[in-house]
Amino acid sequence: MSLLPNKVPNKRRSIFRIAALAALATPLLASAGVLPDDRADALYHRYEGGGVTIQGPSVLVRKKMAEKYAISANYYQDMITSASIDVEVSGASEYKEERDQYSLGLEYLRGKTTYNLNYTNSEENDYEAKTTSFGISQDLFGDLTTITMGFSRGEDVVGNSTDPTFEQDIDRWSYRVGVAQILTKSIITSLNLEVITDEGFLNNPYRSYRYFSPTDDRLFVLAQEIYPRTRTSNAVALNGRYFLPYRAAVYGGYRFFTDTWGIRADTFEVGYVQPIKQQWTLEARVRYYKQDHADFYSDIFDRVNQQNFLARDKELSTFNSVAFRIGASYEFAQSGWRFVKKGSLNLFYDRIEFSYDDFRDARFSLLPSDNANFRPAGSEPFYEFGANVVQAFVSIWF
Amino acid sequence: MTNGFALKLGIAVVLLSGLSACGNIEPWVKPYERQALADPIMSANPNPISGSYMDHVFEAREGARGALGGGGGGCGCN
Amino acid sequence: MSSSKWIRVAAACGALIVSSLVGASASLAPTFTLPSRAGDTVSLEQFKGKVVMLNFWASWCGPCRTEMPLLEQMHKRYSALGFSMVGVNVEANTKDAERWLQDTPVSFPVLFDRDSKVSKLYDVSAMPSTVFIDRKGNIRYLHRGYKAGDEGEYLNQIRALLKE
Repeated sequence: MSLLPNKVPNKRRSIFRIAALAALATPLLASAGVLPDDRADALYHRYEGGGVTIQGPSVLVRKKMAEKYAISANYYQDMITSASIDVEVSGASEYKEERDQYSLGLEYLRGKTTYNLNYTNSEENDYEAKTTSFGISQDLFGDLTTITMGFSRGEDVVGNSTDPTFEQDIDRWSYRVGVAQILTKSIITSLNLEVITDEGFLNNPYRSYRYFSPTDDRLFVLAQEIYPRTRTSNAVALNGRYFLPYRAAVYGGYRFFTDTWGIRADTFEVGYVQPIKQQWTLEARVRYYKQDHADFYSDIFDRVNQQNFLARDKELSTFNSVAFRIGASYEFAQSGWRFVKKGSLNLFYDRIEFSYDDFRDARFSLLPSDNANFRPAGSEPFYEFGANVVQAFVSIWF
Repeated sequence: MTNGFALKLGIAVVLLSGLSACGNIEPWVKPYERQALADPIMSANPNPISGSYMDHVFEAREGARGALGGGGGGCGCN
Repeated sequence: MSSSKWIRVAAACGALIVSSLVGASASLAPTFTLPSRAGDTVSLEQFKGKVVMLNFWASWCGPCRTEMPLLEQMHKRYSALGFSMVGVNVEANTKDAERWLQDTPVSFPVLFDRDSKVSKLYDVSAMPSTVFIDRKGNIRYLHRGYKAGDEGEYLNQIRALLKE
């Protein structure tokens, strides 16, 4: 079994790329007519699962001026320790890394229209992502309808920490449009569409696909992934929220996704918000995600370069995930305290269970063949893991 | 492909915005009836710092992306 | 005959549309009676002879809350000259409003329009809405919404109506 140079950490490239995408899809906040209140939030986030631990702070401040302009700034950091299954299968050792992300946003409100501009920069030692987005939000029909549209442009630079000469680009465009509609005094619904196109070096320079070893088909050989140089995806999502008369809210949503790589995904979400007394709010949510694999994905190929494009990224496989969340918020200083109008302490916990249908746990075929747990390549059990996600944050409104 | 779709999106939005000229549709939820909609528990994204983090957690591990935006509702004041 | 009738109807509609756009009109303020925060019942007729600024507000409405301290100042300043601010809270459940008023007290009468009777009567189309009523009981100015700086215009209109 041959390996890529084993100093190379097999990184979750997609996290870093997608970091910029999360900025692309920055949700537009309040409807036009009134800008959201000034606030500052400080968050500690922690993800642990599948041999990966990612934790760090996030700080967000927003301030408006003259009820017309608003500025917001966010600093976000990931501190990563990863011994994921990809790292282990490639024979590399656990690696540590850090990613820093800065965002700046501007908003301008005029009548019933809000314009916003956003810039995000994400950096780590072998990946840089820059995203600029522009959006408009417009209230219509007595403020019962809100239309939003946005456009984003991203530019990433992909590096390779073992090869200083390696430098590739990704260009990204995203177009989105949404309609939020108030149906009754208690119901609001929304429909969102988004098209995203990527062009450039879209795979992870550290990741490999595998194929049956020509000398012993119980074992596998790794080779560098080859991806298409373009990807266009379409997503459409429908959401609704209902106010229960005893003061609680129930919400739900569905998103349909397809792309030119042959991936098709469905996302379902249902949640419940229950305020208790004056100061507490509890929330519970279930999210179910299901995806079909990309055309050029396979857990194991028959031979090297079997097709034009080859991938073994489990994010492109057939899998499903279920996420359960519970959260609690406590509001303090409700009558104000000096310059603070009110504040909240929040703790959210998510448990996500991932279950793969065509991505196998290749560690089983790396065991010595006389080991009782050894499984031949291509017959290992399918991979699954659970992750714990914790968010603890404090918010103050001023 | 993207440009064709984007063009259609753009035209749809322009048309929709043009509908604001037909502002004569009487709102069936009056401005003074929006107590429930203005309640913070009815906000789609009450804590943006948390919302964007969770969006990132999922997007980094899934093939799907996009259509997460939203807005609207609220007090409808001014 | 029918054409002149249509012309009159059209003219009346046109006047209504124009006057609602401009925000000034000279129609009689519909009278009403509502329970007040003090526990008694208050009727608009009690204010005949005074300039009244009728302010429709709710505790869940941000601009309404921002506006209130300014309205309190106006009431204090001009109430001795024959002016009264009258707040009409439009909430079906007044618990939140009462709690908010404890933190931000006002000295002018606050009435509770729990059934939205008066909101409908005055065709409230924005939050907040402010209606200026002159000494004779006519609606003179209408403001929809509140933006910083509007209070300057309010003061001018109060002074103009007090002079009459």
